[in-house]
Amino acid sequence: MTETDAGTAIRGLGHSVRRKEDDRFVRGRGTYVDDVKLPGMLHMAILRTPVAHARITRIDVEAAKAHPGVVAVITGRDLDAHGLAWMPTLSADTQAVLALDKVVFQGQEVAAVVADDPYVAVDALELIDVDYDPLPAVVDPRQALEGDAPLIREDKEGQTGNHIFHWEKGDKEATDRAFAEADKVVSLDTFYPRCHPAPLETCGCVADVDPATGKCTIWLTSQAPHAHRTLFALVAGLPEQNIRIISPDLGGGFGNKVPIYPGYVVATVASLLIGKPVKWIEDRTENLISTGFARDYHMRGEMALSADGKITALRSQVIADHGAFNAAAQPSKFPAGLFHIFTGAYDVPAAHCEVDGVYTNKAPGGIAYRCSFRVTEASYLIERLVQNAAVELELDPAELRRRNFIQPEQFPYRSAVGWEYDSGDYPKALDLALEKLGYAELRAEQKEKWTKGELMGIGIASFTEVVGAGPGSEYDIAGLRMFDSAELRVHPTGKAILKIGVQTQGQGHETTFAQIVAGELGIPPEDVSVMHGDTDNTPYGLGTYASRSTPVGGAATAMVARKLRDKATKIAAHLLEAAEEDIEYAEGRFSVRGAPDQAKTIQDIAFAAYSNLPQGMEAGLEGVTYYDPPNLTFPFGSYCVVVDIDKGTGEWKVRKMVAVDDCGVRINPMIVEGQIHGGLTEGFGIAAMQLITFDEEGNCIGQNFTDYLLPTAWETPSFETYQTVTPSPHHPIGAKGVGESATVGSPAAYVNAVLDALAPLGITNIDMPVTSDKVWAAMHEKEFV
Amino acid sequence: MQVNVNVNGISQTVDVEPRLLLVHLLRERLGLTGTHVGCDTTSCGACTVLVDGVPIKSCTYLAVQADGRSVRTVEGLVEGGKPSPLQAAFKEQHGLQCGFCTPGMMLAAEALLADNPDPTEEQVRWALSGNLCRCTGYMNIVKAVQAAGATMRSAAGVAEAETAEAPAMAGGAQ
Repeated sequence: MTETDAGTAIRGLGHSVRRKEDDRFVRGRGTYVDDVKLPGMLHMAILRTPVAHARITRIDVEAAKAHPGVVAVITGRDLDAHGLAWMPTLSADTQAVLALDKVVFQGQEVAAVVADDPYVAVDALELIDVDYDPLPAVVDPRQALEGDAPLIREDKEGQTGNHIFHWEKGDKEATDRAFAEADKVVSLDTFYPRCHPAPLETCGCVADVDPATGKCTIWLTSQAPHAHRTLFALVAGLPEQNIRIISPDLGGGFGNKVPIYPGYVVATVASLLIGKPVKWIEDRTENLISTGFARDYHMRGEMALSADGKITALRSQVIADHGAFNAAAQPSKFPAGLFHIFTGAYDVPAAHCEVDGVYTNKAPGGIAYRCSFRVTEASYLIERLVQNAAVELELDPAELRRRNFIQPEQFPYRSAVGWEYDSGDYPKALDLALEKLGYAELRAEQKEKWTKGELMGIGIASFTEVVGAGPGSEYDIAGLRMFDSAELRVHPTGKAILKIGVQTQGQGHETTFAQIVAGELGIPPEDVSVMHGDTDNTPYGLGTYASRSTPVGGAATAMVARKLRDKATKIAAHLLEAAEEDIEYAEGRFSVRGAPDQAKTIQDIAFAAYSNLPQGMEAGLEGVTYYDPPNLTFPFGSYCVVVDIDKGTGEWKVRKMVAVDDCGVRINPMIVEGQIHGGLTEGFGIAAMQLITFDEEGNCIGQNFTDYLLPTAWETPSFETYQTVTPSPHHPIGAKGVGESATVGSPAAYVNAVLDALAPLGITNIDMPVTSDKVWAAMHEKEFV
Repeated sequence: MQVNVNVNGISQTVDVEPRLLLVHLLRERLGLTGTHVGCDTTSCGACTVLVDGVPIKSCTYLAVQADGRSVRTVEGLVEGGKPSPLQAAFKEQHGLQCGFCTPGMMLAAEALLADNPDPTEEQVRWALSGNLCRCTGYMNIVKAVQAAGATMRSAAGVAEAETAEAPAMAGGAQ
């Protein structure tokens, strides 16, 4: 069932229903974690090391303890006494909650002050005296692998170097053979730099452990409240039923709010020990220097081609910088996430990739920043390689893509590394994008401009995503299978409450999930209230990241609504005195086949479920579904960018950007388009300015928004968005997920556009962010002035 | 020290530490949590409020500086219990997602529209360039501000409002 009901009054699938959550947000009546204020609440601030790599030789907290208003000062030793100085990460590593003998990255947590006033807590941090004995810092992962590199993780038994893991996928022998036989080999060394999701709301919590009952309620900036509750139970040894995580309104997440951070643990311990609620809200610098970063992949890619431009093989070696603790948030069987989607939208007969994870003296992370577990890095690599291959083969980059696309009739398509792509029509999306761009005319203009010494470029990225993890048999987070859930209750008056295991951070679940129910049961979206983010009151789910809400939670919602529809059909048969198999359902009405006037609405039936039931039927109209998807979904699209470069300054400007997205069936086109706008903007930010880097001593450059640049309304381009619709064959409503497509696909489009303009100069790569000074320097190196 | 400040039309006298930031006076002391803190360095604009009609970033503005002045926050935007044209337009044009930047964004826009009721796209983008949004990509925010301007002009009976067209929500279905 993939058709939409866009023509009906019920406003299920296909309607741009205005968002329910907006009424509170536009009035300033959202409830973000920092808005939570409890009686007697204390405030916590964290002392962080200014040195990236050092031994701690002394910590003196006496002056801080004596400061008026200070209630407690907590160090790693204090936590160690409770067995809580270390915590597990999402990648089965251990991370210091508060450092004991050694710090391993600038900004690492060293001590915490709890005070009756937030200003006082910060004042007291300055009274803590810490002696650091500096060690050489390792900031380049390639140097970290050299034999004489300082050992970062002395705490790990058996760890003799800074290497974390080696992982590979694909058929190395077949790939190497194809390379040996290739007419042409194109290679590219490129660095996808470290960046940070920087949601506008930083991370934080209010922990409230009730001394009488032991009930621990934690308001948390969490994209995965249920998983976090389980991890809290495992880490702190608290009984799980006594832990309640409430993730209220979140001011953006983008993957940054998937990990558990030391501040959450310390605040909870502080509340437990003091017996009062404790609030901890990090400031922006803390957010940027210590919480989950993204990317930091040093990638080498090689593409083998035949003389006529057919890709015959692909291989890649990656050095992955994971920082000082391996806290990458990804399914446990996949240390490099889903990087093996690196063959992208192309029919590549042989492929092999290998990834080595490395420790450095930098903040931990490797989270999926608006990305399905490293698909962003993979997509960037293949789309940059295709651009360079087109230049080397003197082929049009659109034509090279067409020659290599997986063709529509090949789906379901099994890739050389084992993925089963569910559905797609890549040529159609590219053709639509080129048509809307006016590609042929622009190529003619580009040629003419070049003769006048002017630079313009056209960049293309034809990406495929891989989202919606599970299936649970393959994908788990810390052992928890990646299913998701929905619980639906229809009340006697026909109004419903839907409770879901996924967690909105701005995606509009309160609206779109109500629309799914509307599409399945005919209850208008305004009559379905959607609850999420409270572990005491919603069914267990793995949360929202990696574009999994619609593919998994949305599917659970459709399935539970169908369960209720089956029961409603039985009740309708009873009310209409007809056989169950003679009842037909359409748009909220259950009617007798051949007698459409004999009908009951879902509202009639809801009342009957509590008042007039068939003999022997259980009362009520409610159910719960845990959905484990049979496969991932593969949203795709083509993005085309036109840039003009000022050859005097190296500045590049987007003249036009066309984005064609295919995310299967669209539940709410307005919201889908909003997600794409946001993703294209974050992709632009990553391509043009967002950079977290370090000096040789491990000092983070990018500690605030004057150093870590984000796109404003002024530099962000306008976008033209279009769609094709290729439903997912295995998703109950044919939807695929869309929140991240644009961040995954667009960086390569922007960078390809700049390099397309510079191709005649023989410039084949500029690492992101592609800033004007880098472009200027590259042009000057080629003596183009 | 004592600060006399009019917040959303209500005069208040509050005893504050000289170092207290205006945003904390609003959020912690007066319970107006619609004003958010995003960066602490005057960069992101989530904390934007109007002081005597001028947008300021309340995370780097002392409460004592507001002495004798009028402050308007997002809670003061509603008109007669109903959403203002700007609030209605942000919803109608899908100009918000997570909602965290929205109060500051709307107040910066409110100041723009008071000054220029019919701004071009470029003028809106420039006026809002001190306010970061991580979710929307700004296009729908620009549309919302222009649509609100049109509504306000029409309500004010400005003659050219007859012919002004509110920008439509982009369709997407091609």
